[in-house]
Amino acid sequence: MSAPASQPLDPMIPRQFRIEEAFAEVGSGEVYSWRLSPLDGEPLRFAPGQFNMLYQFGIGEVPISISGDAEAAGLVHTLRAVGGVTKAMQKLEAGEVIGVRGPFGTAWPVAEAEGQDLVLVAGGIGLAPLRPAVYCALRHRDRFNRVFLLYGTRQPEDILFREELEHWRAQLDLDVYVTVDRGGPGWHGNVGVVTKLIARGGFDPANTVAMACGPEVMMRFAVMALQKHGVAAERIYVSMERNMKCAIGYCGHCQYGPHFICKDGPVFRFDTLQPIFDVREL
Amino acid sequence: MDMLAAIKAEPFFEGIPEKELALLADCGEAGTFPTGAWLLRQHAPAKHFYLLTGGLVELKAFVPQRGVVTLETLGVHEPLGWSWLVPPYQWHYDARTLEPTTALVFDAVRLRHEMEADHEFGFQLQRRVIDIMAQRLQAIRMQSLDVYGLPGGAFL
Ligand SMILES: Cc1cc2nc3c(=O)[nH]c(=O)nc-3n(C[C@H](O)[C@H](O)[C@H](O)COP(=O)(O)OP(=O)(O)OC[C@H]3O[C@@H](n4cnc5c(N)ncnc54)[C@H](O)[C@@H]3O)c2cc1C
Ligand code: FES
Repeated sequence: MSAPASQPLDPMIPRQFRIEEAFAEVGSGEVYSWRLSPLDGEPLRFAPGQFNMLYQFGIGEVPISISGDAEAAGLVHTLRAVGGVTKAMQKLEAGEVIGVRGPFGTAWPVAEAEGQDLVLVAGGIGLAPLRPAVYCALRHRDRFNRVFLLYGTRQPEDILFREELEHWRAQLDLDVYVTVDRGGPGWHGNVGVVTKLIARGGFDPANTVAMACGPEVMMRFAVMALQKHGVAAERIYVSMERNMKCAIGYCGHCQYGPHFICKDGPVFRFDTLQPIFDVREL
Repeated sequence: MDMLAAIKAEPFFEGIPEKELALLADCGEAGTFPTGAWLLRQHAPAKHFYLLTGGLVELKAFVPQRGVVTLETLGVHEPLGWSWLVPPYQWHYDARTLEPTTALVFDAVRLRHEMEADHEFGFQLQRRVIDIMAQRLQAIRMQSLDVYGLPGGAFL
């Protein structure tokens, strides 16, 4: 379905990529995207759900999911400026060069949903790691029954990829529902948490594969709502985040119970996480 | 419209015995509402129980100095409000349709009377409403956690 992921020759050595385009996605750039291309060598191939380690030379390295189309040219990342590295990166402009290691980690099993309903549940910046799965489902639309994208965020101004969401909504073969925690003047859409969109249903729980990405609390409620609606834990996938260093299973920084998120994840089938999900000490 | 069939199609009523379903069908009718229709008005007597079958409704509260704030929106399969079950049987909020909306509309006064007369029927309905209330409470808690805020919260 999507091109097989390529592995770097030495996964610890970053390749140099030029920022071809840098643009604000939300507000004045609290969330921003980059389109990158390699200075030399092959374009980077990846599967939806995988991530790269992005390195601003002299500043630091952060794990960031790939948010672009796995079957199109160009590598796209979408970042939220939250701390030391991502705020420094926010100031980089087109033409500047960064280091990229990857792709790493497990992928969204989009092909598993073939012949069934596919339900994608995203919260906040979590839409970025799910977007490649949306592209994949749209490219091969005839292989799925109904495809739902349920997206929740804080307020209308924070809606990510807004034009694209509107475009997808206008396409009649994708059910797109957006909700915000806080509406405001001029907002005539859904208000409330994203889990309510799950409760409205429209999909066949016994023949559904669901994928959720967003803050951990949101995923917890999303999984609960999916299960309450009849979707089995083996049919639900979540993408987890922990601090990372090596990204190849050596250093243990990303350990989560018996798993290393960098290599066993970030995408996990929910039943494999169920015993440790939401355990405070982990 | 076959009211009994419409009621049976709603997940909210799943598991209710046939006799009680027939009673519900007798207490309700199908309603259609254009965009902008007010279904609930704050302080007005709660005379109807609406179960939405399509469309979108916003629940609004008036907050002094902030104006009217949308608390949440409700759509297909969702009941609108529970004040019809709780004294003094008055709506606490306004509700207005955001798009053409359809609903099963029940006579709340009669429902209350039937629930009082037949506790099994009352239990069946109350249990479902409590489930919805628990879900809404959970949703409100999730909203209040501001999960999409910056990691570390406002102090970051
Ligand atoms: C597999 C994976 C995929 C990711 N994909 C994306 C993505 O597509 N876009 C994006 O914007 N971010 C993504 N992240 C999160 C991103 O890696 C962190 O926001 C980033 O590392 C923060 O680094 P910083 O130096 O800017 O902030 P720091 O100064 O390190 O931290 C600032 C604040 O962010 C918190 N924080 C740090 N790392 C994380 C983390 N991994 N998860 C949650 N909170 C964290 C810290 O606790 C602190 O409160 C991903 C993380 C992982 C593990
Ligand atoms: S980041 Fe080193 S083991 Fe995962």
